Amino acid sequence: MKTDRRGFLKIGGIGILGFAAKPLCDVLLRGDLVEASTKADVLAGKKLAMIVDMNKCKEGCRDCIDACHSVHNVPDIGNPKDEVKWIWTELYEKTFPEQEQEFITRGKKPVVVLCNHCDNPPCVRVCPTKATFKRKDGIVMMDYHRCIGCRFCMAACPYGSRSLNWKDPRPFIKKINPEFPTRTRGVVEKCNFCEERLAKGLIPACVEACKEKALLFGNLKDSDTEVGNVLHSGHTIRRKPELGTGPQIYYIV
Amino acid sequence: MLEKALIGSKKYYGLVILLLIVIGGGFYFYLRQLSLGLGITGMSRDVSWGLYITQFTFLVGVAASAVMVVLPYYLHNYKAFGKITILGEFLAVACVAMCLTFIIADLGQPGRAFNVLLYPSPSSILFWDMIVLNGYLVLNIVIGWTVLSSERKSVPPPAWVKPLIYLSIPWAVSIHTVTAFIYAGLPGRGFWLTAIMAPRFLASAFATGPALLIMLCFIIRRFTKFDPGKEAIQNLAKVIAYAMAVSVFFVLLEIFTVFYSGLPEHMHHFKYLFVGLEGHGKLVPWMWTSVILAFLSLILLINPHTRKREGILAVACVAVFVSLWIEKGLGLVITGFIPSPLGRVFEYTPTGPEVMITLGIWAMGFLILTVLYKIAVAIKEEISA
Repeated sequence: MKTDRRGFLKIGGIGILGFAAKPLCDVLLRGDLVEASTKADVLAGKKLAMIVDMNKCKEGCRDCIDACHSVHNVPDIGNPKDEVKWIWTELYEKTFPEQEQEFITRGKKPVVVLCNHCDNPPCVRVCPTKATFKRKDGIVMMDYHRCIGCRFCMAACPYGSRSLNWKDPRPFIKKINPEFPTRTRGVVEKCNFCEERLAKGLIPACVEACKEKALLFGNLKDSDTEVGNVLHSGHTIRRKPELGTGPQIYYIV
Repeated sequence: MLEKALIGSKKYYGLVILLLIVIGGGFYFYLRQLSLGLGITGMSRDVSWGLYITQFTFLVGVAASAVMVVLPYYLHNYKAFGKITILGEFLAVACVAMCLTFIIADLGQPGRAFNVLLYPSPSSILFWDMIVLNGYLVLNIVIGWTVLSSERKSVPPPAWVKPLIYLSIPWAVSIHTVTAFIYAGLPGRGFWLTAIMAPRFLASAFATGPALLIMLCFIIRRFTKFDPGKEAIQNLAKVIAYAMAVSVFFVLLEIFTVFYSGLPEHMHHFKYLFVGLEGHGKLVPWMWTSVILAFLSLILLINPHTRKREGILAVACVAVFVSLWIEKGLGLVITGFIPSPLGRVFEYTPTGPEVMITLGIWAMGFLILTVLYKIAVAIKEEISA
């Protein structure tokens, strides 16, 4: 058989394509996707939400913040430029700008804010790698290993709930909790509704830490939880509901 | 044709070495950013995009503006632009290269950049931006190179380039539209939430790009034997005059809507930009410089007596470029973050390393531009000789 240059290149090219075929098939016929979806069905019966009762919340108390930040290895960078935070307090008029009126005197204490775990999260929509995603039970999650640090989600979040690790966070963690991963520089993080604790049957750390019982957490699809009852019977407000994001943190103010 | 880039005058080598030094400086600081994190920049939790993304946005516009010479030449057979089409296309190549580099420089985890391909997410505008920018880069390299090499052989360009050229026209519009969508689709950012964002981007781009092209033509004419032609330059000047007028008009439309409606979440940003907010106003002097330069350039460009005098035209082009660089390459992105969604006014100032990295990337773009223009001009000289 006579092989000319053209023929050689043809065979060589097809050969190289052959090498690409296996990884391509692996991706397209991925088995682990099926596994993940069965898990998601279990979560589908849930819709998690939180109520913050500002009547009970004690001004100046940091129990929920400290509990969350120590459980999740959130660094204390100590300057507003590079700070990382999952749950914190904001001025009433900054949290609910649309509720502002100058005569409020009572109940204007700082409000506890965190990720709203929106029904229609803009951060998930804009993420170019699906590193942030929404679970069937409503939790908006972060994959710290997939995040490329483009910060599109930070621009998209209308609540300022997201932080980038502008520098290596590890030196700024007072006591590392070995149960939860620390993060590397250049990735975005935020509240995860204590997904790792829920998996063990525990309630979120902030809810557990609040002695005033100002934080309520539960499944809205379960008919007689406290959260469901409060939402049915009383008036609650949410942050910027007019944006259509469907925030799942409800406030009694 | 690449060999043309290797032989040049002392001035050419000098320019190349100078650019390489600036690139080297930028690269050094990029290595530091890589090991220390983005914390070495002035970006913060509140202003989470800074100089890198503003330069990216600005340069996408300059890249898209190649269409302003390609369209009249190829669709309307406007011969005067025939000589400078290649300059427009190669300018686009250099600009898109800078855009892509700025994106990489901005990533917190650049090593994971390929996750965008591994986990394609069509709901993300950034995914589409990656597609249109890379597509535009390839289109302009292929078109520019093929047409130039046919020109060198004095044969008409091969038939298969024509469809690519036609495709490159709407593609140019797409790159800047998609880039505008990055901003215009975010619910919580009143400053960017405007349907006019894409047309505004295109108008300012079609003024900036040709203004830079005219300046480059003046430089080429001065240092080489290639003359892009008076008619081409004069007609580009008209394009700039119209685009600049439309651009200023669009900004005034925004200002009317925002201030007459009085919506605080939209108004605060414009206040920060032009008069300062809560005692913070780092961008105020910049913005008024931009306004003055914009109106100065309009006077010089609309009046035919001043536009036709090339010395004055050069001044007008510099004014357009600087004015729109401030408006888009500084004000537009940063002000979207000030005040923050929580109403906090936290200002942004780029740090030294950040400025050095930015300059390094600009130098890289100009090195690509210098090499490509060297090749183009050498071939044009060869043909006319």
